Amino acid sequence: MYGNDFGAPEEASGGGLLGEVEAAEAALREAAARQRRGAPASDDDLAGFFAEVVEADQKIEPRDWMPEAYRKTLIRQIAQHAHSEIIGMQPEGNWISRAPSLKRKAILLAKVQDEAGHGLYLYAAAETLGISRDELVDLLLNGRQKYSSIFNYPTLTWADVGAIGWLVDGAAIVNQVPLCRCSYGPYARAMIRICKEESFHQRQGYEILHTLSHGTPEQKAMAQDALDRWWYPSLAMFGPPDGESTHSTQSMAWKIKRFSNDELRQRFVDMCVQQAEILGLTIPDPDLRWNDERQAYDFTQPDYDELMRVISGDGPCNRQRMAHRRQAHADGAWVREAATAYAAKRAAENKEKVAA
Amino acid sequence: MSERTPFEFTLSLGDDALIAAQRLAEWTTRAPEMEEDIALANIALDQLGAARLLLTYAGELEGAGRDEDALAYLRDDRQFRNCLLVELPNGDFAVTMAKLLFLSAYQLPLYTALAECADERLAAIGSKTRKESAYHLDHASLWVKRLGDGTEESHRRMQAAVDQVWPYVAELFAADPGAPVDPATLRAEFDATVAAVLTEATLTRPETGWAPAGGRDGVHTEHLSYLLAEMQVLHRAHPGAQW
Repeated sequence: MYGNDFGAPEEASGGGLLGEVEAAEAALREAAARQRRGAPASDDDLAGFFAEVVEADQKIEPRDWMPEAYRKTLIRQIAQHAHSEIIGMQPEGNWISRAPSLKRKAILLAKVQDEAGHGLYLYAAAETLGISRDELVDLLLNGRQKYSSIFNYPTLTWADVGAIGWLVDGAAIVNQVPLCRCSYGPYARAMIRICKEESFHQRQGYEILHTLSHGTPEQKAMAQDALDRWWYPSLAMFGPPDGESTHSTQSMAWKIKRFSNDELRQRFVDMCVQQAEILGLTIPDPDLRWNDERQAYDFTQPDYDELMRVISGDGPCNRQRMAHRRQAHADGAWVREAATAYAAKRAAENKEKVAA
Repeated sequence: MSERTPFEFTLSLGDDALIAAQRLAEWTTRAPEMEEDIALANIALDQLGAARLLLTYAGELEGAGRDEDALAYLRDDRQFRNCLLVELPNGDFAVTMAKLLFLSAYQLPLYTALAECADERLAAIGSKTRKESAYHLDHASLWVKRLGDGTEESHRRMQAAVDQVWPYVAELFAADPGAPVDPATLRAEFDATVAAVLTEATLTRPETGWAPAGGRDGVHTEHLSYLLAEMQVLHRAHPGAQW
């Protein structure tokens, strides 16, 4: 899961979005079937060729020439996304040991495992741009690259696991579905696969909340409390309002980004209102109402000052999340060294065998 | 310990798997590398899956209306029948791999034999889980070799882990002649498997006469009660609730 905050019931919950992922996948196949103009005519044609490929909704591939700033933007974005998957394992992982049934335990464990898989997949996509996973991990650990700020909030009750699935994964999907059409091929393909899994995650989160909100009064209160705490941080996942977003214009031109932060936030709110009604939970916004003229819901904006504070490191759990990640990395150093030493010994043996 | 009922036998296998899953899942977000985070979660999920099948069946054998969750969440440590090995704290990665090596080298022949036993349900469970155990054994063996024959530090830690965990192996093979599979009959295969791995890993088996036991009778280490307190806290706070 991933936001832009760095720097259905069954069908109602994301069924439409999954359709969009499938449409993006079909478009990807069509784009691949249409012949790209073979290659740049000459070295003078590099930028022209790049612009043409992007303009034609074809994909830029790792071997292609690309502007240095495009490469850097993608590395930053894909890395932040990968880091978010890895750090995002912590808040939900917090409840694996206490999951209230064996079935829920299994689903949650599998979900957190999926996120590790997404992280690896995204690091691999970033590596196609000429940077190694080790370098990226170092950038995360020394604080030079960020992860999604939403994970700096604590999971205080079991219902938070449901709220993360429904709202945080939901927001991530709204953010990521357009990325399935991103101009960089490896990222677009990674996003298609990840979005499909995220839609399962969102569904299971929604189902947790549905069960709670139709359970005992204590369970319903737990669900409402989770919604109260996660609603605005989830809205903030789409990043600052359009006027203040620093990376947006160029990214739109390169077709890395396809919709503005505010457009995506609106889409998310419109999607959630009906779902909250089915849950029987109240979105904590007294000013939330349908606007017939705009054909969309009016809503209260999240506290962007709070978002900036969390981004800059002063959220409730920033220090805890980073300390946890650094500790795991440091504790594992001797194991990684042993694996390297063992592999070197085996390689040396094989060499001797070949020589002999 | 003599003549356990089919319920007790099934319960003990289910408890082994459940407690092993709970411990392995503690590694999530903490593994030495990301691939290992995924692998340990996989193994935890396998153990949890086996636990659910076994506990569900145990509940049916008992016939008192207890389902997998009633057995997992509403018993105290004195009612748990798992071996002590699985409840030991994870320790460092070497201790976890020593525990997993011994557990999987026991579970593989156990589930394999179970797959051939007269009880159809247990046979079906054994037939499914033995494939998973083969992977667990493979994974643990590979790591024990890497750590044993890796660096000086990893060798020291791996040997210390084997020394620490080895005494708990004896309990796994206590004779139970009336059981669908008598654990005592599995010992020779276990010893051969483990000896081969340890030798290749340049590790030795400690000489010790100490053989802690009691898990099968519900007399555990101090660790289990804490593990259960954490595992059961939410479920018990809402009696009768659905999740």
